[in-house]
Amino acid sequence: MTLILEQLLNGLQFGVMLFLLAAGLTLIFGIMGVINLAHGSLYMVGAYAAAFAAAQTNSVLLAVLAGLAAAALLGMAMEVFVLRRLYARDHLDQVLATFALILIFNQSVTIVFGRQPLFVSVPPALNGSVELLPGLTYPVYRLIIIAAGLAVALGLYLLINRTRIGMLVRAGATHREMVRALGVDIRLLYTAVFGLGALLAGLAGLMAGPILAVQVGMGEQILIMTFVVVVIGGVGSIRGAFFGALLVGLVDTSLRAFLPGLLRQVMTGSEADALGAGLASMGIYMLMAVVLLVRPKGLFPANV
Amino acid sequence: MKLRGLLFGIAAALAATTALAQQPVKIGMITTLSGPGGYLGQDIRDAFKLAIEMGGGKLGGVPVELVVEDDALKPGQGKQIAEKMLKTDGIKIMTGIVFSNVAGATVPDIVDAGALYVSPNAAPSNFAGKECNENYFVVSWQNDSLHESAGQHATNLGYKKAFILAPNYQAGKDALSGFKRLFKGEVVGEVYTRLDQTDFAAEMAQIRSANPDVVFQFHPGGLGIAFLRQYQQAGLLGKVPMVLAEPSLDATTLKAVGDAALGLSVTSHWNTDFDNASNKAFVEAWTKAYNRVPTYYASQGYDTALAIASALKATGGKTDVPALRKALSKADFQSVRGAFKFGTNQHPIQDWYALKVEKGADGTPVLTTAGKVLSNHGDAYAAQCKL
Repeated sequence: MTLILEQLLNGLQFGVMLFLLAAGLTLIFGIMGVINLAHGSLYMVGAYAAAFAAAQTNSVLLAVLAGLAAAALLGMAMEVFVLRRLYARDHLDQVLATFALILIFNQSVTIVFGRQPLFVSVPPALNGSVELLPGLTYPVYRLIIIAAGLAVALGLYLLINRTRIGMLVRAGATHREMVRALGVDIRLLYTAVFGLGALLAGLAGLMAGPILAVQVGMGEQILIMTFVVVVIGGVGSIRGAFFGALLVGLVDTSLRAFLPGLLRQVMTGSEADALGAGLASMGIYMLMAVVLLVRPKGLFPANV
Repeated sequence: MKLRGLLFGIAAALAATTALAQQPVKIGMITTLSGPGGYLGQDIRDAFKLAIEMGGGKLGGVPVELVVEDDALKPGQGKQIAEKMLKTDGIKIMTGIVFSNVAGATVPDIVDAGALYVSPNAAPSNFAGKECNENYFVVSWQNDSLHESAGQHATNLGYKKAFILAPNYQAGKDALSGFKRLFKGEVVGEVYTRLDQTDFAAEMAQIRSANPDVVFQFHPGGLGIAFLRQYQQAGLLGKVPMVLAEPSLDATTLKAVGDAALGLSVTSHWNTDFDNASNKAFVEAWTKAYNRVPTYYASQGYDTALAIASALKATGGKTDVPALRKALSKADFQSVRGAFKFGTNQHPIQDWYALKVEKGADGTPVLTTAGKVLSNHGDAYAAQCKL
């Protein structure tokens, strides 16, 4: 029983990470209509900047600020210098340009930091486990990630549904031309939204640093999953990104954790492990296929 | 404009003739230099270059030119580079491939075209057995041997219940079958992770609930860093001992993992502290040239260069493949790992050692040699090879 609870927590934590990335991606796609393949690079830049600041200053606060600032500034620079020229073009041009950005960022990071992965330690205060229930201990740092992710989700919800900026964002996602016609400075709005998306990607990156390896190419590994989340949730919808991310996180973790065990009831050990691992890695893609079949626009489509 | 083009043409022609006069032997190196696995290829390349520099631009007294290309861990790209090197550049000696999947696509093309391939790393099981080839040599090890040594070590340490994990691809499967071949205890859990997986929380929970004596895992490069870090964060480090083969904890990942690696048992065919003249010369020259700790990949790159040097020396610089092959099979060079010879399938027969992760003089974890695990160990596939 505690094992199941622990795996659910693991799924939740993974889902929250995916949400941070998917929120930015879906905002950018929903509002500007841009497919930003380089979103994973912002995640990587956030992780590298935080790792570098942590190594230089030994301060958690400065590392967090450095990670967020680097990702947000880079994201806004990307929007102003590259993507702004591509809004009117078709998706193929955007994909090509942002793919080029991935290569440029990866190579630049290699030149600056080298190929060796960086070491980031968990802040000493958060290093350790707590006993949530009798027999269920869980790393504090992962609980912090879950809490931070849920807080961001709540903050985004309030920002989008309760503020003037949020109103413009929502309007931009559904009636772009009308917003422009009403005299809103759409260029500023675009840059701000892009910066916000980049900031969230940077947050995910800097939180992932102490758990995963901070290395070149870390963004591309998670980007594919993020796209699955965006498609399942419904392109352009923050609510969709949130539930999509939690769904993908929970389904993926549960399949990996429990499927081989279940299969072992009906077949021999090594076959069950191999088949279980295979099915588990297909799981979220099958989930995506089913969702698309039933609701072609995703679970919570933005443009109703 | 025309004139400048003409002058350029003349200059190029002149350059070509001077090159012809010296005739350095070209050696093709297809290796992985980009992406997360990039540092593996980088160390192999740098060590190979170091060996050439230490010989004054020569290997075995023969001037050589190293042509390096990045396969980016893509089998198709490796295949294309090999074709170009074979057909356009006419290269007869090739080396460098890091990953087994790239080797699987590329090596058959090279050896079938009559060129020599000397592997500094990847050695998948199929090329060691039935599909062995007279033009294919491996200086590193056969993939399974890495993990057989870990299995033997776990048995020697008296562990009875093992939980084993590896990514779901060919080398991962080779790893688990290699471990099980020499591990005498019971395997209580066997998990295949995804090759692109970086979060192992679900696996940590499974390990905890299975409560084994020992964990064996194969996660090379960045994957291994994430695994060990999360192993520590899950509170398993210190509770459940871990036995690893060298790909899961090389000098680079050790630096990134930090204290989370203390106390782990690693098996290896080489370590920086090996006490032989060849190794001392290598470690000293490497540290001076690159100012970082050499990984075992570097040692393999260096040994590969020495092996090729021995063959070139014997043929006097002639790239006659049958003569090179004959010279190479004698393994007439001082490997940095000590004793070394080729088995019947042209894969190494060598000793395997146990390493411990301990705090070094400056407080950072280092790998120190703790004893021998296997002596004169070949591989399980040699008998199937009819050479």
